[in-house]
Amino acid sequence: MAKQIKGVLGKKLGMTQVFDEGNRIVPVTVVEAGPCVVTRVRSEEKDGYSAVQLGFGQVDPRKVNKPLGDYLRKHDITPRRYFTEVRTSDASEYTIGQEVLADTFEAGQHVDVTGKSKGKGFAGVMKRHGFRGLSASHGTQRKHRSPGSIGGCATPGRVFKGLRMAGRMGNVRTTVQNLKVHAVDVEKNLILIKGAVPGANGSLVLIRTAAKKGAAK
Amino acid sequence: MHTLIQELEKASTRSDIPSFRPGDTLEVHVRVVEGNRSRIQVFKGFVLRRQGGGIRETFTVRKVSYGVGVERTFPVHSPVIEKIEVVTRGDVRRAKLYYMRDLRGKAARIREKRDALPAGK
Repeated sequence: MAKQIKGVLGKKLGMTQVFDEGNRIVPVTVVEAGPCVVTRVRSEEKDGYSAVQLGFGQVDPRKVNKPLGDYLRKHDITPRRYFTEVRTSDASEYTIGQEVLADTFEAGQHVDVTGKSKGKGFAGVMKRHGFRGLSASHGTQRKHRSPGSIGGCATPGRVFKGLRMAGRMGNVRTTVQNLKVHAVDVEKNLILIKGAVPGANGSLVLIRTAAKKGAAK
Repeated sequence: MHTLIQELEKASTRSDIPSFRPGDTLEVHVRVVEGNRSRIQVFKGFVLRRQGGGIRETFTVRKVSYGVGVERTFPVHSPVIEKIEVVTRGDVRRAKLYYMRDLRGKAARIREKRDALPAGK
């Protein structure tokens, strides 16, 4: 973990489009970033890894359990709904209680966005794995969206493990990498990210510096 | 839609666009950037359709240029548009005038609305 990763928790507000300086349309996702607060700093000596813990969102103080509530009271932090840790090598530069806002990122930077994808329920193979289904005609009966054969007969005499079949789809933690920050509105605490971001509107998203693309490009 | 997004969209919404509907003849003044110079190009034709809503609303203008039909779609709120002039108000009974694509010559005319306000008012 040599990289200095910045992160901020936020709420996905939805998508819209804006015009860029070349008057072209840019599809953007609007994320209300923070306000987050640093609730803990992990260090190599004490915890074995270096990371920053961020808290975000409101919660009824009565619903916070004793260990967490006492810990936050000790550091004079109001209870938060969500917590996450961002692994970064420069964690020691953060202090507990420090606010993390939308200005963490700047326009033109590349980020990775993590969220929980929309649940699709029990989905068939065409929707879940992109299978082609069976023929629409040529005598196909009530089997148009089925996967077809799932293996041989006496050899191997079983269905292979990991064979893609119908099942629960979505509602899993998903990361989209290398999205570009189109603009940052420091006043309203908004980040406009070019492209789509996992999850429903109003859901929690974690924005981090891109792991694969250059830090400040 | 979230109110913060509505505010964001309002910021780039244009208020200087005249009201027009399918069938109207428009002169769309388009900013064209060539290298580092920019000039104004006029695209004149009738409105084939208006589609979408809010900031993502677009309209399509059709004209016949040297015997070839040309259609151009613009976002209503695009900064590319210098201005829009409504030349005539058309009298049509459809919201989408796709049937005009199949018509040629005399048949491809749109009647002018009799009780329409003069253009630009």
